[in-house]
Amino acid sequence: MATLRITDEGSVVDSQPKGEEISLAQWREGARPEAGRFSLSIPNTEDIDGLAEIVARFDGVILEFPHFTDGRAYSQARTLRERLRFKGEVKARGAVLCDQALFMARAGFDALEIGDGDPAGFIRALAAYSVFYQPAADATAPARVLRGAKREAA
Amino acid sequence: MYRYDEFDETLVRERVAEFRGQVARRLSGELSEEAFKPLRLMNGLYLQLHAYMLRVAIPYGTLSSRQMRRLAHIASVYDKGYGHFTTRQNIQYNWPALIDVPDILDELADVEMHAIQTSGNCIRNITSDPFAGAIAGEIDDPRVWSELIRQWSSLHPEFSFLPRKFKIAVTASAEDRAAIKVHDIGLRIRKGADGERGFEVMVGGGLGRTPYIAETIREFLPERHLLSYLEAVMRIYNRLGRRDNKYKARVKILVAEDAAEFRRMVEDEWARSDKDSLDAPLDEIRRIRRHFTPPKFDRLAAESEAFDAARAARPEFDRWVKTNVLPHRQRGYAIVLISLKPIGKPPGDISARQMDAVADLAERYSFDEIRATHEQNLCLPHVRKDDLFAVWRTLDAAELATPNIGLVSDIIACPGLDYCDLANARSIPIAERIAERFADPEEAADIGELKVKISGCINACGHHHVGHIGILGVDKKGEEFYQIMLGGSGGADASLGVITGRGFSSSEIVDAVERLIRIYKANRDDGERFLDAYRRLGPETFKEALYGDAAHH
Amino acid sequence: MKAITANRLYDGVVLYVGPNGGFVERFEQAALFDEAAANAELEVVLTRDTAIASAYVIEADASGPIGREALRESIRRYGPTIRKDLGKQSEAANERL
Repeated sequence: MATLRITDEGSVVDSQPKGEEISLAQWREGARPEAGRFSLSIPNTEDIDGLAEIVARFDGVILEFPHFTDGRAYSQARTLRERLRFKGEVKARGAVLCDQALFMARAGFDALEIGDGDPAGFIRALAAYSVFYQPAADATAPARVLRGAKREAA
Repeated sequence: MYRYDEFDETLVRERVAEFRGQVARRLSGELSEEAFKPLRLMNGLYLQLHAYMLRVAIPYGTLSSRQMRRLAHIASVYDKGYGHFTTRQNIQYNWPALIDVPDILDELADVEMHAIQTSGNCIRNITSDPFAGAIAGEIDDPRVWSELIRQWSSLHPEFSFLPRKFKIAVTASAEDRAAIKVHDIGLRIRKGADGERGFEVMVGGGLGRTPYIAETIREFLPERHLLSYLEAVMRIYNRLGRRDNKYKARVKILVAEDAAEFRRMVEDEWARSDKDSLDAPLDEIRRIRRHFTPPKFDRLAAESEAFDAARAARPEFDRWVKTNVLPHRQRGYAIVLISLKPIGKPPGDISARQMDAVADLAERYSFDEIRATHEQNLCLPHVRKDDLFAVWRTLDAAELATPNIGLVSDIIACPGLDYCDLANARSIPIAERIAERFADPEEAADIGELKVKISGCINACGHHHVGHIGILGVDKKGEEFYQIMLGGSGGADASLGVITGRGFSSSEIVDAVERLIRIYKANRDDGERFLDAYRRLGPETFKEALYGDAAHH
Repeated sequence: MKAITANRLYDGVVLYVGPNGGFVERFEQAALFDEAAANAELEVVLTRDTAIASAYVIEADASGPIGREALRESIRRYGPTIRKDLGKQSEAANERL
């Protein structure tokens, strides 16, 4: 599956899986990460707050978009980043369309399974905005912070 | 008024560019209609019966003359010479071509306007009191907080794909002119025990298939925590709102199931949230507040001789003053309501020529300010009493001086089956015929305050549940029928109307309304409104008037 | 009988499938089908034509749309009942067509 990885230096596509994957259901049946890289895939109906100790044992988390209008994984991603301080890769899977890519990046995703989507379209969409009104899980400063900085500079 | 800075301007221009790209991808065939539909809806573009419909946001109903002129220009150049003001303080164009919409959006961006989030399952246009900054008794200016919420909610990365649409309304008065209790979130600015300012937070109101009055989940929220608290409400809703059935997806369903549990979850989420990061810095709130400093009012006498003389000399002017002019907080000024309900015409419609006339009046007489009300009228918020006669003459010449605000012909009606793809029955012809039946202004004044609200389908865009008389159009085997609901109110005394019984055909419905009004007039106490008489007398009296003895069998 | 109606993609205008399979703007020029033929033709239209925003089958006879959706389809055919100056019913539109 082609994956777009969003980094500070830009976005790149690769099709190599990064390590192994364990689903939350498998974890609950006793599966555990062993040596090497492991990601945990979590259904979008789970309350992430309750999974802090589990996700801490993984290198990555995979969150699901069963349909692109189902936005529950945005809340999960922000909770992972902002409250659980998860530093590993957070990957979006399922209905991942370029028109939602920037929302995903701002919510804390840094990898998108784009399937046969056009990488150039995704990269364009990720750069569609230079101004954001609200703080989120990414590193961009919202307009209100930039306004304050501008006032101080003046 | 709020004015864009470079950041606001850039964001809106980038949104236009993004949408232009999406339209191009659709026209080239790269995007299917299925993929494009949610994208166009997020920018207020619907496909209706005859054409597309573009809904333009008017944040908390506030417009400048320049903006109104641009709306007129768009109506003339890209549409069929008119627009339609909605119950959400927005304006809709009924005939734009898809290929023109990006250009229309650029025209709007030129005057600091947009169509962002006027549809779709996201946080919609923030609505508020149309008299903000003009009416006496406000605890604060609700526009400051409405603008703060507007910015926070625009293109929010977490809350753009909610289970369903989400509407937030703000008011700062005891009297509720924004129908906050029938919104997903209603915010009432109030003073706390120690004089501190904050919000009463109400959640879970709404109309549609299952109407509810909102529950107060927090009596007092300190104002500095507004955004972090809204984030907590939205996150609980995004996580737990139903997605399997669109009629059960609004937050009202979650709240109605267990309001105490909903409140507990929100409070728990909020307790754990990073308020320092989420709440707006004080200097940002101060920056926004500076845009809403009161205009430079003249120091005037409370009374105006010219005004009093004109009232005495011109009975039509006097009648209009009685219904369409309200007291202002500033001595010597008044609030003017412009009725968009001329007798026998579609409620809320306004021609480009009329828009220009309103813009001219606002520029000359109202500090360049216009408001749209949720009752589909317009307002000039700051007019000197000395100027009222001149304003009335101009409005009258533009056919904008119908003296019927709050009266039986000031009807809220959705576009209905004449335009809307979702409608089951027509609304506008019913509104026109009721208004014609009570066209005599003496009679309408005698009937007094009476809110008639008409929807052409269960989605309730015409707010029929909160009409003193609510009318719901339904389809019965291909024929239009109209159900009557009585006793609803969208005000501070909010209540939901109760259905009376069997529906009426299109040819029966106006007579039925007349019977209700006759029984009210026969039974009312001195000065008692229709709604109060209904509440006192109970439904049976009115049912009997509608159905005769049949109501008892 | 059935007809097939659509809205044109670039401006939303109401269309009907005409006798030669192409689209026409007036119901008077629309082709009538029996049910099976209408459904087959709709499939063709939906797979072939990207220049429409929606398409579906309606009940109709030579006089116009009939059945349960007759009022709705009649409003689409002519224009809003409360603005006779707008839509296909208006003189300006008739001259253009």
